[in-house]
Amino acid sequence: MLESSWPLLSVLIWLPILGGALIFLLGDDKADRARLVALLVSGLTFVLSLGLIIGFEPGTAAMQFVEKRPWVETLGVNYFLGVDGISMPLVVLSTFATLLVVLAAGSRIQYRPAMYLACFLIMEGIMVGVFSALDAILFYVFWEAILVPMFLIIGIWGGAERIYATIKFFLYTFVGSVLMLVAVIYLQFQAGSFSIPDMYGLDLPLATQLWLFVAFLLAFAIKVPMWPVHTWLPDAHVQAPTGGSVILAAIMLKLGAYGFVRFALPIVPEASMHLDWLMILLSLIAVVYIGFVAMMQQDLKKLIAYSSIAHMGFVTLGFFVIFQVVARTGDQAGALLALEGAMVQMVSHGFVSGAMFLCVGVLYDRMHTRMISEYGGVAHRMPVFAGLFVLFGMANAGLPGTSGFVGEFMVILGSFQANFWYAFLAGLTLILGAAYTLWMIKRVMYGPVANDNVGALEDVDPGEKLVLGLLAVAVLWLGLWPAPLIAIMEPSLANLLEVVNAGL
Amino acid sequence: METLYLVIVLAPLIGAIVAGLFGSQLGRVGAHRVTIALVGLSTLLSVYVLTGFMWGDRTTFDGTVYTWMVAGGIEFEVGFLVDELTAMMMAVVTFVSLMVHIYTIGYMADEDHNWPETSRLRPNAYQRFFAYISLFTFSMLMLVMANNFLQLFFAWEAVGLVSYLLIGFWMNRPSAVFANLKAFLVNRVGDFGFLLGIATVVMYFGSLHYGDVFNAVAVRPDQTMSILGGAEWQVVTVAAILLFIGAMGKSAQVPLHVWLPDSMEGPTPISALIHAATMVTAGIFLVARMSPLFEYSEAALAFVLVIGAITALLMGLVGLVQQDIKRVVAYSTLSQLGYMVVALGASAYAAGVYHLMTHAFFKALLFLGAGSVIIALHHKQDMREMGGLKKYMPVTYWTMLIGTLALIGFPGFSGFFSKDAIIEAVHHSDRIGAGFAYWCVLLGVFVTALYSFRLLFLVFHGEERMDHHTREHLHESPKVVTVPLILLAIPSVLIGLLTVGPMVFGGWFGDSILVRSGHDALGAIGFHGVGEFTLHAFKTPAIYLAAAGFAVAWYLYIRRPDLPAQLQQRLQTPYRILENKYGFDDLYLNVFAAGGRGLGTLLWRGGDVRLIDGLVVNGTARTVGRVAAVLRHGQTGYLYHYAFVMIIGLLVLLTWFMFALR
Repeated sequence: MLESSWPLLSVLIWLPILGGALIFLLGDDKADRARLVALLVSGLTFVLSLGLIIGFEPGTAAMQFVEKRPWVETLGVNYFLGVDGISMPLVVLSTFATLLVVLAAGSRIQYRPAMYLACFLIMEGIMVGVFSALDAILFYVFWEAILVPMFLIIGIWGGAERIYATIKFFLYTFVGSVLMLVAVIYLQFQAGSFSIPDMYGLDLPLATQLWLFVAFLLAFAIKVPMWPVHTWLPDAHVQAPTGGSVILAAIMLKLGAYGFVRFALPIVPEASMHLDWLMILLSLIAVVYIGFVAMMQQDLKKLIAYSSIAHMGFVTLGFFVIFQVVARTGDQAGALLALEGAMVQMVSHGFVSGAMFLCVGVLYDRMHTRMISEYGGVAHRMPVFAGLFVLFGMANAGLPGTSGFVGEFMVILGSFQANFWYAFLAGLTLILGAAYTLWMIKRVMYGPVANDNVGALEDVDPGEKLVLGLLAVAVLWLGLWPAPLIAIMEPSLANLLEVVNAGL
Repeated sequence: METLYLVIVLAPLIGAIVAGLFGSQLGRVGAHRVTIALVGLSTLLSVYVLTGFMWGDRTTFDGTVYTWMVAGGIEFEVGFLVDELTAMMMAVVTFVSLMVHIYTIGYMADEDHNWPETSRLRPNAYQRFFAYISLFTFSMLMLVMANNFLQLFFAWEAVGLVSYLLIGFWMNRPSAVFANLKAFLVNRVGDFGFLLGIATVVMYFGSLHYGDVFNAVAVRPDQTMSILGGAEWQVVTVAAILLFIGAMGKSAQVPLHVWLPDSMEGPTPISALIHAATMVTAGIFLVARMSPLFEYSEAALAFVLVIGAITALLMGLVGLVQQDIKRVVAYSTLSQLGYMVVALGASAYAAGVYHLMTHAFFKALLFLGAGSVIIALHHKQDMREMGGLKKYMPVTYWTMLIGTLALIGFPGFSGFFSKDAIIEAVHHSDRIGAGFAYWCVLLGVFVTALYSFRLLFLVFHGEERMDHHTREHLHESPKVVTVPLILLAIPSVLIGLLTVGPMVFGGWFGDSILVRSGHDALGAIGFHGVGEFTLHAFKTPAIYLAAAGFAVAWYLYIRRPDLPAQLQQRLQTPYRILENKYGFDDLYLNVFAAGGRGLGTLLWRGGDVRLIDGLVVNGTARTVGRVAAVLRHGQTGYLYHYAFVMIIGLLVLLTWFMFALR
């Protein structure tokens, strides 16, 4: 483990949280000052988080930037932080996404703007906390804490049916998490500490592992979300304000997937292998079933929400296909490919879904409707926006050269090595993804100008151009040269595979 | 060496970026100058590379440009493989592209008319078009120059994207927007197979690099895999067929051909460049490039052969009943692509690729000629409103006549050599399905001549059927249009005569194409010079079938122009079948598209809304609510109720303790 001389992770957690508290205290009557502070804090946090990339020691699976000091000594709980190649990219993704949300909020939020921004900054700190916590209790605290700001964001700044959506969102995810706490406490008895790395390699009996896996599954599957516990997501997205949707899609969904790689696979590998058929089945259902459902959505946000679920199916597929790949090929290379693909897909989905929701936000701000049928011929009025929207749409459809392709490609190559039909079904996304995305683009962007409201549309302003432009660069960079990201992740994922295999 | 290739590829990309992003600053003239100059540079250098291979002082280049990523022990790279096959493709792509770039100046001159007044896409439409075709040139060059499957797939999808953008270029037309979505989705069906093919290759041959894969195939051609049940499949066959499914999408082979006729909704220059000369031939190039893989699978080659033969004949027949001038040429393209695929299936790769080249010239010529006619008639495309244009548009007429003669295989013209080589090769092939394919391509020759001269006669000869206003304004197209026509007409005539010997029969392609011994259908023909080859053609039926096609067309459309309508009356059923294009479109729309939408609705309304949310999620909430409603009665707030319950509880507990502890 590589200790850090400078508590960078703590700074990344507490700087935005304290900044958020400050903005909250500033109050809504000083909205401009609040906006400036929010921009400064989120910008500084993002810049500092780049220090993780610069200072990251490549070629090792060890935890880096580690901080460890006792927290609740009587219970053996530590304030234990650190990142490896799996979590570091997700931390940077979180700070990037928050910066974009703050930029995109601009002066658009008129109702209690300071509180809105404060929620996002506090949430940013919590997100970094989830991804860098190495103590299970600390992880759990952050994991649950994140619900509060998100609950407020949807509940206060949400759409007409926000109350139903928030309650559904909160209960769904909260119910899932409770069992995880039980599992974590049980693991503490076995491992003697709450340190997550100490929980690896315990060699628990299969029956116990299965119980633990189910407890984890419920918590993580709901967050991902996996079919059939996904129905909170479309409602939450539809009701959430743009910023809420961006964070929800770009970061919150990653929490569940991250949980699978940090907890389920290494701690209960035998159970993971035992139930991998179930996970693969659910993942493939997510890709195919949800692909069809997404196609028929009338509401832009719902469509993108459903496409998120389908894309996350690739993440869970990549995670759980590894056992069969190793069994069939007798080699870890294919499994590593699938794992890496799943992780790349997580990062890419952060960019693409974030961008898609921001694009819908751009339209919604002008038209105050999310219904696809109210649009048509938008490209005639917003050419720059149309170009960006088509780019992100193509990324959503997995076009090579965009980030959306990389992860899906790797997972399909990997799962082919487990079973031809896994790759076949997952590969259907090539058709379904194009169908739901391009059909939507056709109805919104193309064709003659549909009505006077569309005819009065104005193109993106410089602020929107900046936010979407940054995302466009990210999407193209990851699509054209994913090597640096893979290089960061590979040692940690290879190590994960070894831990998993050792536990079988 | 590598810098040269990089320049060839990047020049059009730079042009595309400059014209695309700075179109309004550059203005129209600036945009077309930049893109044409850069594509021109690419063309010159490509021709330089090609001549290098011709004189034999250039060797095969196979090198990496950059490493895309290394994952799971596999290197994913972007790199170039330039050999004879690639050099030929580069020259064809850049040359046709350059011609189309120049032609576009004329064709898109009054582009403003195609856009509504208020559209903000209108001011830069011209520049954007140039950006797109330059971007396409870049993508196509990346495709033909790839040295690995990853880059191939990249470029494969990139040309698909540009095709999508260009078919839907006039996006205020619903038919164009329908066509581009259709093109993309149908291509995606092919790409789906393609991707699985790549996955097969990666798993069993352990690499994405062509050279490594082909070596691995040669070492272990007989390994098998199981897909369904216990049946074992030869890996090479599975990989080849899956890759060929990708080729079927892009090269519009039955049953994935439906997008190509609709793609004619795009502006004519791109019909010539993308949907006739280059992109649609990507599938042909793919199979030729993969010949070291396909050669090891008789089954896959037979599959290729039969698909090609069906396409060649059936699509030609549909061309007979089309009224839209561009659609006739489009169906002709489909049919000719079928010929190329037949050649591949017969292991006559050189002939297939050679037909690709000659076809690129004369089909681009035909499309651009059709475009010239369309300009003259103010963007009308229905042949029933044409006729007698010969005297108004002599250059267009004569160049199109040359293109038509090349297409039907008139002796001495380029198409004659390439097509006859294919027919002869199929004749000499003993592959399963070769007999069937031979009949298809022979009948196809008659059909080709018939629809080609039908077009020529309907457009340029006979009665002038356009309205009065249009006729008054008829004139030959400007120089930027006619010069590319002439420049394309030259190779359409001469290229066959000059190059058929070395390229088809002389083994000019060298190591870039592999034909295993016993498969060499071209070698079996026995080529002894161009003269003898031509003379020999008079002893085979093809040439007489072409003549018959011409004669029938002449009789029907010049001599007795009243007959076609009567025939149509008399032969209603076959006519309707052709008119409906064998029902493929209806099938796809009503079964697959509608079925998909229905399934989506069912899963959404039935699965998500009713079952999961309605029954489980909200059902749970309701049940909790109901139980709570019952339990609520317990919490009355009256002290005596609680005291009563406490006493009862105490009694129960005490009783239980007494019995349990006894």
